[in-house]
Amino acid sequence: MSEEKKDHFISPISLDYNYTAGAATTRFLKKVSEGKIVGQKCPKCTAVYVPPRGSCPRCGVATEEEVELVDKGSVESFTIVHIPIPGNPIVPPYVCAMIRLEGANISFLHLIQEIDLKDIRIGMRVEAVWKDKSEWDTTLENIKWFKPSGGDDIDPSEYRFKGPE
Amino acid sequence: MKDIYIIAYAQNPILADAKAANEVELIMPVVHEVFRQTGLSQKDIDFTCSGSCDYLQGAAFAFVEGLSAIQTNPPIKESHVEMDAAWALYECMLKISSGDTESALIYGFGRSSPGNLDSIISLQTDPYYLSPLWVDRISYAALQANTLLQHGTISHDEMYDAIVESMEFAKSNPNALVSNAPSKEEYVAEQKLSTPLNKFDVAPVSDGASAMIICTKDFAKNLNLDHVKINQVCHNIESSNIGTRDLSTSTSLLDLSTKLNLTNLSVDIAELHSQYSHEIVFLKKLLGLDNTSVNASGGPLSGNVMMAAGLDCIGKTYEYLKSKDVTNGLAHATSGPCLQQNMLLHMERVK
Amino acid sequence: MIDAAVIGVGQTKYDSKRRDVSVGGLVREAIDNAMKHANVDWDAIDAVILGKAPDMFEGIMMPELSLADAIGAVGKPVLRVHTAGSVGGSTSVIAATHVTSGNFDTVLTVTFEKQSESNATWALSPKYPYSPHINAGAGGYFAPYMREYIRRYNAPENIGWIVAAKDRQNALKNPYAHLQIPNIDEKMVADTPMLWEPLRYLESCPSSDGACALVISNEKLAKGRKAAWIKGMAVRSEGTLSAGRDEVNPQGGQDCASDIYKQAGILNPKDEIDCAEIYVPFSWYEPMWLENLHFCDLGEGWKLTENGTTALDGDLPINMSGGVLSSNPIGASGMIRFGEAALQVMHQANEYQVDGAKLAMGHAYGGASQFFAMWVVGNER
Repeated sequence: MSEEKKDHFISPISLDYNYTAGAATTRFLKKVSEGKIVGQKCPKCTAVYVPPRGSCPRCGVATEEEVELVDKGSVESFTIVHIPIPGNPIVPPYVCAMIRLEGANISFLHLIQEIDLKDIRIGMRVEAVWKDKSEWDTTLENIKWFKPSGGDDIDPSEYRFKGPE
Repeated sequence: MKDIYIIAYAQNPILADAKAANEVELIMPVVHEVFRQTGLSQKDIDFTCSGSCDYLQGAAFAFVEGLSAIQTNPPIKESHVEMDAAWALYECMLKISSGDTESALIYGFGRSSPGNLDSIISLQTDPYYLSPLWVDRISYAALQANTLLQHGTISHDEMYDAIVESMEFAKSNPNALVSNAPSKEEYVAEQKLSTPLNKFDVAPVSDGASAMIICTKDFAKNLNLDHVKINQVCHNIESSNIGTRDLSTSTSLLDLSTKLNLTNLSVDIAELHSQYSHEIVFLKKLLGLDNTSVNASGGPLSGNVMMAAGLDCIGKTYEYLKSKDVTNGLAHATSGPCLQQNMLLHMERVK
Repeated sequence: MIDAAVIGVGQTKYDSKRRDVSVGGLVREAIDNAMKHANVDWDAIDAVILGKAPDMFEGIMMPELSLADAIGAVGKPVLRVHTAGSVGGSTSVIAATHVTSGNFDTVLTVTFEKQSESNATWALSPKYPYSPHINAGAGGYFAPYMREYIRRYNAPENIGWIVAAKDRQNALKNPYAHLQIPNIDEKMVADTPMLWEPLRYLESCPSSDGACALVISNEKLAKGRKAAWIKGMAVRSEGTLSAGRDEVNPQGGQDCASDIYKQAGILNPKDEIDCAEIYVPFSWYEPMWLENLHFCDLGEGWKLTENGTTALDGDLPINMSGGVLSSNPIGASGMIRFGEAALQVMHQANEYQVDGAKLAMGHAYGGASQFFAMWVVGNER
């Protein structure tokens, strides 16, 4: 025992859980494992959700209809991360961006690489860079990152979904 | 409290394991069902409140995930208790009593299948000197069962009879998870989990969700749904330090039954949040329910969705009062080791 | 509706690690201070309302059960609220609703976080087998919305530095504040390392241990004494992944603000409200919320920050106590805003008192800018 007076000790808590992604997200992830991105469409307001959670909170209804999307989109917004995050293997600085796929009405966070950091901007068009097919699993990590794809930027005002009218 | 009416209640069939269903997929069917029962939509609801607990699923913000099951465009007046949804109902009743709310949606949901419930519930106890011992929920309950047995308040036979009666009732409840009672021989031979309790004495690990709509008298009348009202509700909590509590009785429940003037009420039907066989026997005696039909739904022994089971006791009492020609109902909800925190509601069939 | 007023505000010293107290000792410190401030004893308390952010922040499930004695709730009704980061605000609203419902004369409410006893980053980002782990912390989540604000309104980058320096200067006048940075100024903020562009180190909130408690009563105890009367209070929520949400200027925040102004009879919030404590965990949220709360038109928020309107001696002082940027015990952070607003109209904010404050606002938000709680308090009933 050390002579030093200790004012606390660490008592770890360990609990094991079997997580589930949910039925809607499971369907999505199974398609991702085949290299496809399949969103779900709201039967009322037509908003397309990707990744889907099984509902449209705009309308309070379940989303059933599946819509296959391309692996191309644009940057709704982004941040350049300069600090290492515990448990995250990516070496800073790196770009973490809200990616809006073409035809989708919500964004998801993913990485952007193969770009000079000073060139990244809101509205920039990007496309997915997939891992080798042999490494595909039921996770969006099948996409290594997104990279610039060229073409005209998106007008950011177009990101706001306003409903079917 | 103002006169508050229950106008709808729905419960998912209780499952041992809801498999791949996420929070949204658990909640949406019951919310849609209470809207179907009333012809209302989220836009007719003034306030929404839910009950859930992150530790059951093992992920922070379960209620945030669950909110995606509800229509929130335009944004809604909404809150959440990290408690059984019976306390979400209580919050809604306060809102309605304040006068700025006419109608409220309540939902509760829980999945106990993803983790080990016995270990998880240990985290409810004092973090410095009790929870590191990982005393499980059944052992706490067994402490009280032993005390009650030794005091002669209850007997082993009564515990067995309570199981048999619950399972008999559960046979007519389509949502019940279990409805088979053991024979006396099986019950006696069954290995103890924590003496004196075996698996038949303990509510099953369950997954599910429930929803309810409550409102003012005028709101209920306009819908022609003014059948069951909540006359009175009260709740309280006992000490965290189990060593200071007298487990042969319940100061909490005695106090609440005085507040409800229970001795002068002729209670026709009661649904008790009794998660162990001895609690059924104990609470019946403590609350003077000898001539009352208790847990006609089968009660928690037939299915016990954590964070919804208290609301279910209220919902099952509502369903009974609505459909049967009786007047007074009593509902109970509880939380914590050995009935530490309790709520009692007196409900009345109006017509 | 029955009138309700704050008659006592109690806080703890905020610090990164309060190892001198247990969780129970921490909440009791705030409670004792609130009850002393209100000059009430336990027999006056009819119910206790407890709020905090996720249980996993401390590893204690449903802590009202193990805290019943410490919070003085034994034999009384106790309710436990959890609405993410807005919880300190929504707990205040629910506590006040106990009184306005007519069922309770006086209630005690307390919120806390003791993050040093667990690992909050871990609690917020469990590694699900099916999610890509690109999680970059709370700052990484909110930084893209700040960037979008800057793009929309062409705001200069030093606005964030002004907010960060101003709030920490205010904190130097508040002995409870966690961060006490001598000689803090805009340049010191600008010289700190970039974390999540556009956010630098000192533009981000700390992680604190601490608790805040309020005593709220009806006229029985509040009449004829210094009290902060609640003129309007409201909550609003939006679903996380809902198409069409504007996270930069959320509809829920706008609706919630309009609701409390209507209740309080406020037509022009900027002129009528004397000061506000708003939930600014990252510097850019000051101008963003100024617009969201209708203190100014869209695109004008950063100008109010830039021209000194929001400084302690400005026309609309914001976060006089130092704000979330100076102390952030998450579960309590919203209630601190609500309590500091009350102290201003009770004219008891000591060194950071806004002269003659008659109406003050408390604001909290949480989740993915989706949960909102607010109130306006006044020195007159």
